[in-house]
Amino acid sequence: MAAILLLLLIIAFSNFIIPRGANRFRGIILAVFQLVAFVFFYQKLAVTNAGEVITESYRWIPELGLNLQFQLDGVSIIFALLVTGIGVLVFLYAQAYMKPYGHLQRFFFFLFLFSFAMLGLVLSANMIQLFIFWELTSFLSFFLITYFNEKEEARAAAFRSLFITAFGGLSLLAGILLIGNIAGSYVISDWVASAAAIKAHSHYLPGLLLILLGVFTKSAQFPFHFWLPGAMQAPTPVSSYLHSATMVKAGVFLLMRLSPVMGNTPEWNYIISLVGVTTMLIGGYFALTQRDLKGVLAYTTISALGILVLMLGIDTKLSVKSAIVFLLVHAFYKATLFMVAGFIDKKTGTRDLTKLGGLARQMPVTMVITMLALLSMAGLPPMLGFIGKELIYEAKVQLPGIASIILVVGVLANAFMVAVSVFLGYKLFFGKQGDLPKKPDEKGVLYLLGPAVLVLLSLIYGLFPGIINRMVEVALQVVVPKALDIHLKLWHGFNQVLLLSVFTVLIGSALAFFVIKKPKLLGKWSNLNSSVFSFSFTKAFSNMISGFVGFSERNTARIQHGSHRYYILTIFVVTSLMLWYQLYDTRGWTLATNITLQPFYISILVAISIAAAVFTMFSKSRLSSIIAMGVVGYGLSLIFLYYSAVDLAITQILAETLILVMFVLILQKLPVFAKLSSRATKIRDMIIALSFGGVMTTLALKAINVEFNHPISDFFLENSYTKAYGENVVNVILVDFRALDTMGEVTVLTIAALGVFVLLKTRSKKI
Amino acid sequence: MNSVILKIASRYVRLILFSAAIFALLRGHNLPGGGFIGGLLAGLAVVYKGFAYTFREARQSMRLKPEFLIASGLSIVLLSMIPGILNGKNLMHGIWYKIPLGEAMEIKIGTPFIFDIGVFLTVIGVTVIFLLVLNRE
Repeated sequence: MAAILLLLLIIAFSNFIIPRGANRFRGIILAVFQLVAFVFFYQKLAVTNAGEVITESYRWIPELGLNLQFQLDGVSIIFALLVTGIGVLVFLYAQAYMKPYGHLQRFFFFLFLFSFAMLGLVLSANMIQLFIFWELTSFLSFFLITYFNEKEEARAAAFRSLFITAFGGLSLLAGILLIGNIAGSYVISDWVASAAAIKAHSHYLPGLLLILLGVFTKSAQFPFHFWLPGAMQAPTPVSSYLHSATMVKAGVFLLMRLSPVMGNTPEWNYIISLVGVTTMLIGGYFALTQRDLKGVLAYTTISALGILVLMLGIDTKLSVKSAIVFLLVHAFYKATLFMVAGFIDKKTGTRDLTKLGGLARQMPVTMVITMLALLSMAGLPPMLGFIGKELIYEAKVQLPGIASIILVVGVLANAFMVAVSVFLGYKLFFGKQGDLPKKPDEKGVLYLLGPAVLVLLSLIYGLFPGIINRMVEVALQVVVPKALDIHLKLWHGFNQVLLLSVFTVLIGSALAFFVIKKPKLLGKWSNLNSSVFSFSFTKAFSNMISGFVGFSERNTARIQHGSHRYYILTIFVVTSLMLWYQLYDTRGWTLATNITLQPFYISILVAISIAAAVFTMFSKSRLSSIIAMGVVGYGLSLIFLYYSAVDLAITQILAETLILVMFVLILQKLPVFAKLSSRATKIRDMIIALSFGGVMTTLALKAINVEFNHPISDFFLENSYTKAYGENVVNVILVDFRALDTMGEVTVLTIAALGVFVLLKTRSKKI
Repeated sequence: MNSVILKIASRYVRLILFSAAIFALLRGHNLPGGGFIGGLLAGLAVVYKGFAYTFREARQSMRLKPEFLIASGLSIVLLSMIPGILNGKNLMHGIWYKIPLGEAMEIKIGTPFIFDIGVFLTVIGVTVIFLLVLNRE
């Protein structure tokens, strides 16, 4: 498995080596490698169908308990086959579709890497590793959606999708860490083993909520669904892949993975079912009023994802089984419909449903394929979609008590699906044809190859569901251990479920009839929608983002006001307050008491320094203030010298000299005082200065009396010559014992120099 | 400032300051001095020239520009950390090489000294940049 993943990764990057001249068959080359991966997994199907799990493990960071672990079981093989299988068809389709556009190396690189990331995600046996692939898919989908980056809408949609899925990803990480902490491991099989402990732990609910946030954002569940319709700005091959086998299915996959760990609790059932049922309903409702062909399909995806999430939330054996089957159903018909939509868009030049129509004569093959896919979407025999929908109904019928409301809503949502299918089928091929920008034809085998294969599969599996029976059964055992044996059948006989199906079709057809016959009413309905549901998630999202940006701008302006004087004031006030508090807190210490005035020349030196400092405050001339400050500094260095700190004294003298020179240089450029500080300001500054000076003095006086057991200076004195071959202890500390500090200081100096350089350079240019 | 005395004196004063800087750097490990002090002294020498002539001329007369001094100084600091690892010790572990000179004498060159040279160069560069930039017309 790891070898296949590595191969795909290398192939993705080798896109930049394959020359541009090869663009004519770039997609076909990549499709071949997808096919290699598909065949690899198809061969493993026999192993997993026998109920075995293939695992592989490679050392990564064993110190952290992290290894590259891969796991191929009943669930991951279904996803792996979908990703690689639909991948083959998508790459073939993309070869034809992307021909007129530029940057193909980049596009195919991202698309291939995307397929790699999704495959890595479903094969991960370790949650941290899964998270990395999860984020990689979010990140890559950003680049795919923003492929037409000259379009403002594409950029905005890509940003929305990245923001929402990355937000969900972070929340997922937090959830993984919480649960991993309970289980003491990040390996999924360990999680399954300690499922009981996880469910009993008090962190179960927060962990579940965080993980679900990740799932719901990724799988476009209400209220995060709005990024998905925006994502149709991507080129159609991407939409087709994104909606059917990858990206949005990652959330569904994670639910299946975690169902044996966290499932079957009231929290799991209620939260997930509620979100799923809401998403299912609004997806179906809004699908019907879209005018863009891809928009309709995007909303039906939302509805289908709602169904999948709902079924996994109900978490009975039957519902999980229906989810697995419906996953296949949806992947097949949605990939088909998107590819067909892209084909129609290419050939007619528009995706506007008010213009499209009457294509039956010009595109007969397309019509047959589309009709079959729509049958599957509507859940009608003989397609696989029928089996999927029957199972879903059966699972819902079995629900006890008040949960039967789910059944009602489910029938309604399915009726919408039927209506959408009938409406699309009629409108595209038989409805009135509007002004099409291009005269449609049906040339291009590559366009129709993928849809034809998928529809055929959908039909074969629908007629002979026994073929996939074992695969679904094994997957079911992974998600819900000890599953009952339920066989897939096309014909269940007359029962309640079949009646529900008939009822659904009737409502759906009536709805579709109404929409087709009264197109004006559809327009009114659409307008009504936009006025009743005036709350636009997209708008709310962009308002939220711009509001947040404004908030941080205001806050930044408040904190980073740019007035140097108030920065220093803030630092002094805060520091002195904290130090005073600390002094008060540890008031048991005694101050140094043995203060003498001997020898007298040092006392005189101190007195001169104090006098100079006082002079600095009252001097009216800047130059004399600075010179007086220099006196304080030189006085200090003499004191250092007296206490035989020669290095310190030399450094102090040199630094003092340089500072004086700098001040003199700056002073030439400053204007004369415009006005002096007011009396109140002076008093305020004096209080702050006294407070700060006072606290530092007290601290120094106290510090003398603090006795540590082993002063560190002894260590330096002992080892300076023996270990570091230096007699000058100060220098040895600087360059050897504490060399890291010195390196930091030198780096800071450099940064300061760069800062001054840039600041003054730009300033002088402006003036 | 256009003082002939300053200009003529600057030649000798700079020589003294540079010598003092090198002296401080070399003896730093055993006696007061070191890279930081040496760097400041050398920086003062450039400042002196700046006052005697102009800061523009002072910069132009520098063979190694201050930006280069900073960059090479930091690089030397970083490089001096590596021999420690190569000898199987920790990063920055001091390694000393002894070069014998005759019977009783030997010169010891260690990574801390190389580190000090890096500090020396960086400090010169930083000092000169500060002063040059502050004094630009």
